[in-house]
Amino acid sequence: MLKLTDLTASVGEAGEARTILNGLSLEVPAGEVHAIMGPNGAGKSTLSYVLTGKAGYEVSGGSAWLDGHDLLALDPEERAALGLFLSFQYPLEVPGVPVMTFVRAAMNAQRKARGEAEISAPDFIKMARDIGKELNLSADMLKRPLNVGFSGGEKKRLEIFQMRMLEPRFAILDETDSGLDIDALRIVAEGVNALRSPERGMLVITHYQRLLDYIVPDKVHVLSHGRVILTGGPELALRLEKEGYDGIEGAAA
Amino acid sequence: MGGSGFLQGFAMDSRVKDGIDQETVAAARALESENYRAGFSTDIETEYAPKGLDESTVRFISAKKDEPDWLLDWRLKAYQRWLTMTEPDWAMVEYDPINYQDIYFYAAPKAGAKYESLDDVPREILETYEKLGIPLREAEVLLGVEGAAETAAAAREPRRIAVDAVFDSVSVATTFRAELEKAGVIFMSISEAVHQHPDLIKAYLGSVVPQSDNYFATLNSAVFSDGTFVYIPPGVRCPMELSTYFRMNAENTGQFERTLIIADKGAYVSYLEGCTAPMRDENQLHAAVVELVALDDAEIKYSTVQNWWPGDETGKGGIYNFVTKRGDCRGPRSKISWTQVETGSAVTWKYPSCILRGDDSVGEFYSIAVTNGRQMADTGTKMIHLGKRTRSRIISKGISAGRSDNTYRGLVSINGKAAQARNFTQCDSLLIGGDCGAHTVPYVENRRADAQLEHEATTTKLSEDQLFYVRQRGLGEEDAVALLVNGFVREVLQELPMEFAVEAQSLLKVSLEGSVG
Ligand SMILES: Nc1ncnc2c1ncn2[C@@H]1O[C@H](COP(=O)(O)OP(=O)(O)O)[C@@H](O)[C@H]1O
Ligand SMILES: [Mg+2]
Repeated sequence: MLKLTDLTASVGEAGEARTILNGLSLEVPAGEVHAIMGPNGAGKSTLSYVLTGKAGYEVSGGSAWLDGHDLLALDPEERAALGLFLSFQYPLEVPGVPVMTFVRAAMNAQRKARGEAEISAPDFIKMARDIGKELNLSADMLKRPLNVGFSGGEKKRLEIFQMRMLEPRFAILDETDSGLDIDALRIVAEGVNALRSPERGMLVITHYQRLLDYIVPDKVHVLSHGRVILTGGPELALRLEKEGYDGIEGAAA
Repeated sequence: MGGSGFLQGFAMDSRVKDGIDQETVAAARALESENYRAGFSTDIETEYAPKGLDESTVRFISAKKDEPDWLLDWRLKAYQRWLTMTEPDWAMVEYDPINYQDIYFYAAPKAGAKYESLDDVPREILETYEKLGIPLREAEVLLGVEGAAETAAAAREPRRIAVDAVFDSVSVATTFRAELEKAGVIFMSISEAVHQHPDLIKAYLGSVVPQSDNYFATLNSAVFSDGTFVYIPPGVRCPMELSTYFRMNAENTGQFERTLIIADKGAYVSYLEGCTAPMRDENQLHAAVVELVALDDAEIKYSTVQNWWPGDETGKGGIYNFVTKRGDCRGPRSKISWTQVETGSAVTWKYPSCILRGDDSVGEFYSIAVTNGRQMADTGTKMIHLGKRTRSRIISKGISAGRSDNTYRGLVSINGKAAQARNFTQCDSLLIGGDCGAHTVPYVENRRADAQLEHEATTTKLSEDQLFYVRQRGLGEEDAVALLVNGFVREVLQELPMEFAVEAQSLLKVSLEGSVG
């Protein structure tokens, strides 16, 4: 489903550009959830931005394919319409735009791009209410401007709310667990698990093993200096927890 | 606004922004004269007054309208006054001097259709109409196409004006009139009102914006073409929103429009001016005057959408919009509320103001001003607190894009007798791109220790990160900008009547097209 081959990318002005992704290869088949772990600065967020098409990242080599689409050739909104979703590590504020308005605009924009009909207002409201309830987001919260004045944990739940509403085919979660207390973590994990299906794939970027108790991955990849240095099953996360990144990096080198 | 300054008796702000291409404005003026038809005559039967302005022009206009002597005298007095005045130059806008001897000050209201059919209308204009979702039949009226319906409203889809679908366009207008008549509301052109309601005109014309007020208002007093007159009798709540859309021949009010609205004791009216359709006009100078009078417990809500032609990307051919709008809260507990969405014109110079004379009266100003390309806007309000416990509220949202300049200029004045007066001012600026300017120039004059004044101001740049976040969710770049901008102006959009607000949203999007990327 998602296939990354030798992905190489840099940031910064020409002349002082810095290579962040350094020949990264990875494959997530449909139906699987993979975790990406790695120390701070390893390039995890950079990977999520390169895949979703944020400006400022220069891809100098390699390829990224989603379901037979060359992601790197598409605009961010075109990738979104293919069903690529990113739960941001630091969600942005959208002042004056209520959560509901925002999600509905996004949903209809994607549907339009795919040649589908818009969702009806009653269907949308019912869906939002049901999913909001599961994520412990009240109707009042969903009327407030997106991410404005919400706590860190609430913002992460709002990211998952958007993901559930948009029903992406492939989701990338960038440290959605950081800053969450144990209850919020469980709510978020349930939200993610609800979306697991044979047609969908996910990349769960995390720093801690903790989240993987709730979202059990099919595979774990360890990212260091912009490339995958080790791939294993869920047990790899436990080993990381015990030995730390230094130990693993040493062993893999 | 006295004499040539924004503030009477205050230090003048003479900061003028440099760098606007003089050639652009010169070219715009050249284009303007080309557009005028050659050949005019002083003959009373012809459609045009002679080019230029002197006493005979004023007499010509008055005679054309068959005006009573008192009004002719009123105009002449204004003209004499105007001769002694000099054009103001304090606003943060720059344009070539206007040659008043090179302007036609009068064109007959029915000068004929501008286009023979929609095929003759330039394609980019039609595309804009389409983007705004304006039906073709309505576009015909707004653009002045031969054989169009009489008013834009009549051309509208029946559902949009809440009238049974079986009505045809003529009966829509008739139904509308009958309903107003039943309520005792007077709603007609000011030329008609001069003849039908001379006492009201005499009593109120120039009572809010005196003839001598400022250069452009004085000019308007001498040569005003036409405009709207509204009177709401005591205790009457006007049964519907009044809109220029519903007034006959509204598209031909000309460049010196004059509007007078009176809400008698306990009356209420909501008035909508302008429309989202891009209004192209061969007259480059627009100097309108709007006067509002609210008596005891009355309320006037005045909403404007201004989308005059801003000129092309280089600023060529745009309108100069120099307007004087003022409301007088004459009676206790009266309220006047201005809401404006300003997206058009090459140069805008406009400060809808409230004189809070009655005790406990309330003034409000909600504004969205968008500048893009080479546009310049200097706009804001004046809240003059005279009565006790008067309150005012100012919410201004300026959006600058392209190479434009956007200035908020406001005055809050608390008079010595305005015990416990209160004002809240919030000025937010949003910058799109790095080549535009936003300026905030608030003045406060306070003579009371017990006044409560609050002022908040922010300037933000539309961030790449925000745009990316929205695009990641599936919105294209222009839709993403529009969504963020609509969020920025939400507080003001909420003040607009529902239907206007929806139209204003698409207007904002169209106005900001091409501002990123
Ligand atoms: N826009 C940028 N400009 C310069 N350096 C950047 C930029 N974005 C990321 N980096 C650098 O790239 C490296 C990887 O960052 P990031 O992908 O955020 O790591 P992670 O998410 O794994 O912690 C870091 O050293 C970071 O400082
Ligand atoms: Mg990160």
